[in-house]
Amino acid sequence: MSETVLEVQNLTKVFEQPRPFFDYLMRRPAQELVAVDGVSFKIQRLATLGLVGESGCGKTTLGRCILRLYESTSGRILFEGQDITHLNAKEMQSVRRRMQVIFQDPYSSLTPRMTVRQALTEVLRFHKITPSDQEEAYLYRLLEMVGLNRDAADKYPRSFSGGQRQRIGLARALAVRPTLLIADEPVSALDVSIQAQILNLLADLRDELGLTVLFVAHELSVVQHVSNSMAVMYLGQIIEAGTTEEVFQASLHPYTEGLLRALPRPVPGKRDRQAAVEGDIPSPLNMPSGCRFHTRCPIAEEICKTQSPPLREISTTHQVLCHLRPSRDWNGERAGS
Amino acid sequence: MTQNSDETLLNIIGLNAEFHTPAGTILANKNVSLSLPRGQTLGIVGESGSGKSVLCRSILGLIPSPPGSITGGEIWFDGQDLLKLTEDQMEHIRGVEIAMILQDPMTSLNPVWRIGDQITEVLRVHGKISARESREIGIQLLQRVAIASPEKRIDEYPHRLSGGMRQRVMIAMAIASRPKLLLADEPTTALDVTIQDQILKLMLDLQENVGMSIILVSHDMGVVAETSDMVVIMYAGQVMEQAATEAIFHRPQHPYTVGLLNSIPRMEVETKRLLPIQGQPPDLLKLPLGCPFSERCSVATPDCPETPIVLREVLPGHLTACLYPERAGR
Repeated sequence: MSETVLEVQNLTKVFEQPRPFFDYLMRRPAQELVAVDGVSFKIQRLATLGLVGESGCGKTTLGRCILRLYESTSGRILFEGQDITHLNAKEMQSVRRRMQVIFQDPYSSLTPRMTVRQALTEVLRFHKITPSDQEEAYLYRLLEMVGLNRDAADKYPRSFSGGQRQRIGLARALAVRPTLLIADEPVSALDVSIQAQILNLLADLRDELGLTVLFVAHELSVVQHVSNSMAVMYLGQIIEAGTTEEVFQASLHPYTEGLLRALPRPVPGKRDRQAAVEGDIPSPLNMPSGCRFHTRCPIAEEICKTQSPPLREISTTHQVLCHLRPSRDWNGERAGS
Repeated sequence: MTQNSDETLLNIIGLNAEFHTPAGTILANKNVSLSLPRGQTLGIVGESGSGKSVLCRSILGLIPSPPGSITGGEIWFDGQDLLKLTEDQMEHIRGVEIAMILQDPMTSLNPVWRIGDQITEVLRVHGKISARESREIGIQLLQRVAIASPEKRIDEYPHRLSGGMRQRVMIAMAIASRPKLLLADEPTTALDVTIQDQILKLMLDLQENVGMSIILVSHDMGVVAETSDMVVIMYAGQVMEQAATEAIFHRPQHPYTVGLLNSIPRMEVETKRLLPIQGQPPDLLKLPLGCPFSERCSVATPDCPETPIVLREVLPGHLTACLYPERAGR
């Protein structure tokens, strides 16, 4: 159980911004955008880690770095004990079979000119999953597994609704029997009633097939529902991580608290008129000094503006990146133990 | 609270809106009736294709024709039937009496106009102020929607603003003429949760100050629960249920509403399994004669797809289109 499937160590991804021509002539360096900044985490086998944050926090970039769709600037990615940070394309092929992804937009992540059968068969043949005489049976089993009829096989993506397309995306990802599934906002584009179907399906298949899942989303309630541990990102850094209970019931970082308070709850009654978190997310091109959250933080003090906050370990699982929480002079005593 | 808060500002009776497509005619709004008292917020909840945006556009007379047309019904706003007005009269209603904000703040501002000119355009067009006054009023409006350093922002172009700030500008534009009704069509769907929270609270504050009514269209039951006095639930172009917010959430009288409530991942409840609504979204070209939700409904009876639905009052102020609301349960 405690075997680590994915470990990310100090991962950083910097994008160089395109330079205006004049800057190029003047040999001015390109502006740099630090999308992911020194992120580390581990996912144990069969666990689900929920990665949450608002737009621009780097959660999608992080997912893509792990898939090696982006080259990381520094840091290491260990997948099933193997360092995959610098594998070449050929070597990545077998890794990719064990590491699959589903995307947010079920409308653009399927090829419009391939039937479901063609799309799935291509994957099976490429990764040599089944002998050709068992291909069809396997295909039908996949469709059944994600809750689609057999006659879906010969249809084109356009004849499916958003939820059904997400099922096809899931079938394609699971066709190769991966160990790790990266789900990048898999239900954000779906209607509420369909969203619940897909979340349940994802949870069922995870348990049935023994998947380890990295679930990237901006919606806390969705992430809470499927994950056993969570990491909250803000401007490229993980600012709080822990088990789902720790992050939801005993959150320490003011940003996590703000996110939780800002979430509209389906319980009627007008609430506090004070916004949970004031201000806008700063541009990652113009990163705030010190703690990155200090420009919006309700409890920020002088030290937050100048010094980067320390990473504090509250328990073996719960970490927070803050000067002032649990308390300013906190010295490492584990709370409550 | 404004005076006459029990007086009705908007009353829609039996509205039908059709769209003609190559595949057939779609009834995007079928026999829609609802009413909104002055100074209150009405939340309209529905999934994609439920006709909630078409309803907003019908009120403003913005249904593109062709392919669309309003084939029946009445829209009573402040004592006049909007469907009987001339285009000139509607032009006065739009922008002055009724304002609208849309989902996507990235595309609903004109990129080549300065913020200030866009905000006060409505006032200049309708001849209320001179060009000289407009700058001052623009700055005041930006202040009211809590934009920092408004005297600088007023001369900037939309691309300089974040999504949240653009939506604030849209709201400033909408309230410029002190409208009686604000139509907000998914105003926060494209925004991050902390920004959504700011914008919703801003809208409620302004509502109290300006004394306007709001129709808030959303797919998010959470957003509606926090902001609305009354809720209308729509499905496949028809109203399924209408009641006070408390009643919708605590005593829903329609299985679709119950299904929506059960589908939401809640943080308060420790259930690890959601209860989704089975089946797929409805095909608007192939709706049954009776209840459009019957094919997905877990408590449907054989007569549900056959009997045309009618909105009726089952509890005081609580309307449902379900034949058997007692079966809705929770």
